[in-house]
Amino acid sequence: MTQLLEIDNLGKRFVGFVALDNISLAVTAGERVGLIGPNGSGKSTLVNCICGTLRNDTGSVRFDGHVLDGSTAHQRTRRGLARTFQLPRPFTSLSLLDNMRVPLIYTVAARGTHRSRHDIEARCTELLREVGLEAKAQRLPRDLTQVEMRKLELARAMAAEPKLLIADESMAGLTHSEIEEIIALLVRLNERGVTIILIEHIMRAVMSFSQRLVVLVSGRKIADGRPDAVMRDPEVERAYLG
Amino acid sequence: MRSDLFLLVCLIVGGAVFAAAAALGNEYYFFAGYVVLQYVVLSTAWNILGGYCGYVNFGSAAFFALGAYSTVALHRLYPLPIPLLLFVGGVVSGVVGLGMGYLTLRLRGAFFAIATLALAVVLETLIVNWDYVGGSRGAYIVRPEAIAPFGNYIKYLFLIMMLLAIGAITVARVIERSRLGYGFATIRDDEMAAEASGVPTLRLKLIATTMSGALMGMAGAPFPYYIGYLQPSSAFGLDYAINSIAMPLIGGTTSWVGPLIGAILLGSLQQLATVTISSAVNLLIVGLLLVGFVIVAPNGIIGLVHKYLQRKPDDFVGRRRVGTDAPERAAGPAP
Repeated sequence: MTQLLEIDNLGKRFVGFVALDNISLAVTAGERVGLIGPNGSGKSTLVNCICGTLRNDTGSVRFDGHVLDGSTAHQRTRRGLARTFQLPRPFTSLSLLDNMRVPLIYTVAARGTHRSRHDIEARCTELLREVGLEAKAQRLPRDLTQVEMRKLELARAMAAEPKLLIADESMAGLTHSEIEEIIALLVRLNERGVTIILIEHIMRAVMSFSQRLVVLVSGRKIADGRPDAVMRDPEVERAYLG
Repeated sequence: MRSDLFLLVCLIVGGAVFAAAAALGNEYYFFAGYVVLQYVVLSTAWNILGGYCGYVNFGSAAFFALGAYSTVALHRLYPLPIPLLLFVGGVVSGVVGLGMGYLTLRLRGAFFAIATLALAVVLETLIVNWDYVGGSRGAYIVRPEAIAPFGNYIKYLFLIMMLLAIGAITVARVIERSRLGYGFATIRDDEMAAEASGVPTLRLKLIATTMSGALMGMAGAPFPYYIGYLQPSSAFGLDYAINSIAMPLIGGTTSWVGPLIGAILLGSLQQLATVTISSAVNLLIVGLLLVGFVIVAPNGIIGLVHKYLQRKPDDFVGRRRVGTDAPERAAGPAP
């Protein structure tokens, strides 16, 4: 099995605070990985370092055979790394359809896939349909509910046609049925060959989705393995579940 | 409408305006019209960076003055034809725009605005102390009385500014509908999300500052021939900086129509006030209108029209960016 993502001794500190302490992690192509940890354990910082939003101080990130260190966020997106933001960050002045359009014309087109304007619009609509927002294609993000906003966030990441999708707390505040819906969507995506890292607080969702579980506590990786085994780990129980 | 068709319509309208001004038989209309058209170019140029990308530039006067002083500097060497001066002014201001962008685009909101204002002060100081272009004494440019086949020289200048205005509007409209336009809009909305969607934000912002600066420089290039006597305080005048911001804001920043409407409205009003009341009233008018619009219609005239049209649900006109709150957020601190 080839490693899609290899993180080697990644470190990040904010002035005196060590946010990430020598994290090493490898993700195989096609895997579904859950990343959990208490608030402030460094999950989002890790995502930001992987995606280029933040620069890591030490260590390196390899993705799909390329060393990513020093490359910008948009270059990483074009390589096939897509993410959602913990708090949805839609393009507020663009319609939902145009929100989908941006990754298509900037990321997918940059990989050499040429589409006509008509095809792009068809693809945008298709993406919105997949998350159930087709009816609101011409509306602005401000007309959406929180739940719909999270779906929009996910759809926009999917629009970039990534090899690896990092979903940062896509399910916070959602009801049971909505969580099932998003999980089903992510599983469908995974079946099409997209590797997925799911960061989530909702244990039920993480346990049902993940093939492997990684636990971060205070910027350190304390466990990595099969979900049931990880959950029985005494250190995880002590640090994470209290 | 296709862009070439749009350009044709603009040229016809421009031709009609020129013919109307000529038919009135009073040269004053060309003098006044020139200033209005100059503001069309300036506000359209400002809007490329300020309206589309959300970066408020307070240094428009500096780019305008650079264009004007490029002309003065070249004129001292050899009197070149104006279209060539336009090109040179555009290149000089474009390069300075690129440089300014590179140095300041890591700043957002009010900090970016202050940096552009500082640029204007630095450049003015340079010009004041540069004797070759007249320094603080100013520089005289004696323009020819007439030029074939236009007759009076002011008609020729008017025509050039008209063409430049049409060019600027067409460029702005093309940007709006292109890949670049979507990229600019994402920068205005959320740069972090834009990067995550694959938008090369730094490169796009540099394109915007360069284009915006170049157009402003081109607007300034014929100015010494128009005014006859150029001094730093007039070329770097506060009016240019304020008007270039006020006109798009009053017209609406989300589309090329906004700066056009704002410039024609405010520019004509100022010309009218200059001859009927006094030239000092100009900035007062701008200030009062700006305050009024911020209270009543924060999205400008375009925003008002969209709001009115949206009351009828079948009449959905907004292709995108309907009634956004971009100008308010652009001036605010970074999210």
